[in-house]
Amino acid sequence: MQDFSEAFGLAASLILGFDADLGEIIVLSLRVSLSAVLLAALIGFPLGALTAVLSFPGRQAIAVLMNALMGLPPVVVGLLVYMALSRAGPLGWMNLLYTPMAMIIAQTILVTPIIAALSRQVMEDMHREYDEQFRSLCIPTRRVMTALIWDSRYSLLTVALAGFGRAIAEVGAVIIVGGNIDHLTRVMTTAIALETSKGNLALALALGFVLLILALSVNAAVYSLRASAKRLSYA
Amino acid sequence: MPSAKTTSLLPLEVSSLSYRVDQETLLDNIDLSVDSPGISVIMGANGAGKSLLLRIVHGLLEAHSGAIYWHGVAMAETLRRRQALVFQKPVLMRRSVAANIDFVLRPMGGQYRQRRDELLHQAGLQHKRNQPARLLSGGEQQKLALARALATEPEVLLLDEPCASIDSASTLQIENLLHDTRQRGVKIILVTHDIGQARRLADDVIFMHRGRILEHRPAASFFDSPSSPEGQAYLDGRIVV
Ligand SMILES: Nc1ncnc2c1ncn2[C@@H]1O[C@H](COP(=O)(O)OP(=O)(O)OP(=O)(O)O)[C@@H](O)[C@H]1O
Ligand SMILES: [Mg+2]
Repeated sequence: MQDFSEAFGLAASLILGFDADLGEIIVLSLRVSLSAVLLAALIGFPLGALTAVLSFPGRQAIAVLMNALMGLPPVVVGLLVYMALSRAGPLGWMNLLYTPMAMIIAQTILVTPIIAALSRQVMEDMHREYDEQFRSLCIPTRRVMTALIWDSRYSLLTVALAGFGRAIAEVGAVIIVGGNIDHLTRVMTTAIALETSKGNLALALALGFVLLILALSVNAAVYSLRASAKRLSYA
Repeated sequence: MPSAKTTSLLPLEVSSLSYRVDQETLLDNIDLSVDSPGISVIMGANGAGKSLLLRIVHGLLEAHSGAIYWHGVAMAETLRRRQALVFQKPVLMRRSVAANIDFVLRPMGGQYRQRRDELLHQAGLQHKRNQPARLLSGGEQQKLALARALATEPEVLLLDEPCASIDSASTLQIENLLHDTRQRGVKIILVTHDIGQARRLADDVIFMHRGRILEHRPAASFFDSPSSPEGQAYLDGRIVV
């Protein structure tokens, strides 16, 4: 076990020296989680808009279900995706297990309910306000949905950032379907778990630091987006 | 744009219309027939049911009993398309002033930018076109809502206190705009508390009191000698309960 202060020193030199392995891990992490959030937004925003706009029996039940799915345990998602993608599974023929694509799929499943549920709340409030005006103007449902998505774009960006925060920080799903293979599927969280267990605290600390910075910047971005949306009275 | 002849949506026939919430009767067995073109003004104290009546004839609220016919056709979405309602509290989208107008113009096709600038000019808002609509002042928001309603080229224009927070110069400007709109054959039904405005604009007056219509008469005769004591008291500015 290294000395703690030595670990801090090493971590700093890894970051400041733009260590290649470290960079590779960070880039893959961002690629996987950003792709997952993008896919989740493509599914989640329209889904959120649809459930905000349509009134059908069972709508309340769907809202409850979506909220419950927000808390999906990553390891359970990982397990299910693993089973689907494994050789014997229904999607085994695609040979995706232990690839970044498998990790993207798992994180998309993890993040979509978050984005759908949060964006539904945002757009439901806005819909309540716009509804009579839209009905007066006879706006068709599709157009109501796109208008809600566009008019809540600032709030939806913060929703997407919340999803990104969840994706980049989770370890359970990616470790199961990615396998933490060096130079292939190793991302920040899985690397931290591995390096810590190997006693290589320097790399773990360096990655932990980067992760922390990312989390902080996501929060800062959310905060400033909210502020500028409020200033423009778009929120 | 509708021609100078009057809209084919008239007459508006409302029969035995009632609207209740819980046990309270908010509109009580209303009968109304509006067949003349021009401007009909609805007056009455706060809570008389004026806004409710507008919503119901526009088909936004379902009455519990009674029927609404426009030119013999029961109220339906196809009729609502030919009407526009400016709400008492304007609902503006979280977009720029210009984009609020574009939202209704774009689906109508054609060269909408020029038309939008015309409408903004009429409303005196051209210098605010790029500003977020929700940062407009209360009166400016009302003007924008009116401009948006006119953008739909309605045959019937329903206005719920469109000048409530508008200064006197702009009120004059809007009254002129309404007058022009009327001349183009658009039927206007206007709710207002401004007795002076009602005198200037009204062809006929509908006076409401506690969910009922007490009077519906040509403007001149209503202002000369209202037949109901409540109408008289309202014009005198006395409190009626
Ligand atoms: N959804 C509702 N639930 C309960 N009461 C309602 C509802 N909508 C309207 N009312 C009541 O119906 C009455 C008439 O309302 P309405 O908005 O039509 O009044 P109004 O004549 O437009 O008044 P004002 O001049 O203040 O605008 C009011 O007393 C109001 O409280
Ligand atoms: Mg009202």
